[in-house]
Amino acid sequence: MDLVNIFIKGVFIDNMIFAYFLGMCSYLAVSKTVPTANGLGLAVIFVLGITVPVNYILENQILKAGALQWLGDNFVSVDLNVLSLIMFIAVVSAMVQLVEMIIEKFSPALYSSLGIFLPLIAVNCAILGGALFMQERQYSTIIEATSFALGSGVGWYLAIVAIAAIREKIRYSNVPAPLRGLGITYIITGLMGIAFMCFMGIKI
Amino acid sequence: MKSFFNKQHQKLIADPMGDQNPITIQVLGICSALAITTQLENALVMTLAVIFVMTSASSIISILRNNIPNRIRIIVQLLVVASLVALVDQILKAFLPDASEQLSVFIGLIITNCIIMGRLEAFAMGNKLWDSFLDALGNAFGYGWILVAVAFVRELFGSGKLMGYEVPGFNYLYELGYMNNNLMILPPMALIVVGLIIWMQRARNNDLIEEN
Repeated sequence: MDLVNIFIKGVFIDNMIFAYFLGMCSYLAVSKTVPTANGLGLAVIFVLGITVPVNYILENQILKAGALQWLGDNFVSVDLNVLSLIMFIAVVSAMVQLVEMIIEKFSPALYSSLGIFLPLIAVNCAILGGALFMQERQYSTIIEATSFALGSGVGWYLAIVAIAAIREKIRYSNVPAPLRGLGITYIITGLMGIAFMCFMGIKI
Repeated sequence: MKSFFNKQHQKLIADPMGDQNPITIQVLGICSALAITTQLENALVMTLAVIFVMTSASSIISILRNNIPNRIRIIVQLLVVASLVALVDQILKAFLPDASEQLSVFIGLIITNCIIMGRLEAFAMGNKLWDSFLDALGNAFGYGWILVAVAFVRELFGSGKLMGYEVPGFNYLYELGYMNNNLMILPPMALIVVGLIIWMQRARNNDLIEEN
């Protein structure tokens, strides 16, 4: 049950966009139409689902205070947490590159639909944010961490598809000229955030 | 181009403050701008951190720009930025533990702050050291003033304080029945405040208006 809790919490309560504003840049820039938003959202779920478990292993086997115990007793006092930022971003960019190469090789159709978004994802705050939240919240098993990653990915996906759908419709309404485009998108996102706040405080 | 600080240099600094603002026009670096603006103090710390990381990263990348192979440039840029951010993170933990606690993961997220990567990619990879330094400085200040403006509004109306201190006149207002607007502290209001800033900016300068 715990896994489902973590997943649902990631989707609704701790939604990456509405509660933490992570991945806002691509959220605003790539949400003009639903199909592109769909592609980017799926790519984010995919990359989060891969990088968070890898970073979890890295964190618990190498970076954490005392994590190097498996090398011998001399290493118990070693604390490599200083390096975690550099290691995490290196893993993220390496994984993104790797995933891109694998997809290109085995599924050219998926590659051509995701292709352009994959390199963008390396610098999407949601991915590094996922790794940093995983470190901060200290999940006890790798399965819990993966469940958290998939939950936040799905939450991000829902948010970007929703805003893309709204932006497609809002083209037909009479928005004050200076607010068109970016301005109204900010305000709509704010209102959606207020709506999402009703999930706050729910204990599952 | 001979002089040390000519018209063109002035433009590099001035443009990002107004018509080329990274947050309201270029849509760069929004994640951190919104999340940490509940208090003025956090916004100032964040601005200083970004100014430091951005000017250093732009200078370093600008010096290295002819030696970076094109295929791996993103990883090189990320590693330079990540090392600088790790440095800032450690300094903050040592000297400003409270602020570091409140900013939590958002200091780490300066790495993926699009404003830094965006300017490295768009400017520092192709320009000289001094120009890149000024461009980074201008953009960091352009980012900073929006941050400080949003934090000012949110802290003043949300908790009736500025920099953590009570504002003098507010005592009388409370007696008259004024109440702090708790909604201002919640995340969604940051978006709406930035939306309003965009509205004001574009209403003043019609060239910036987008086509739907």
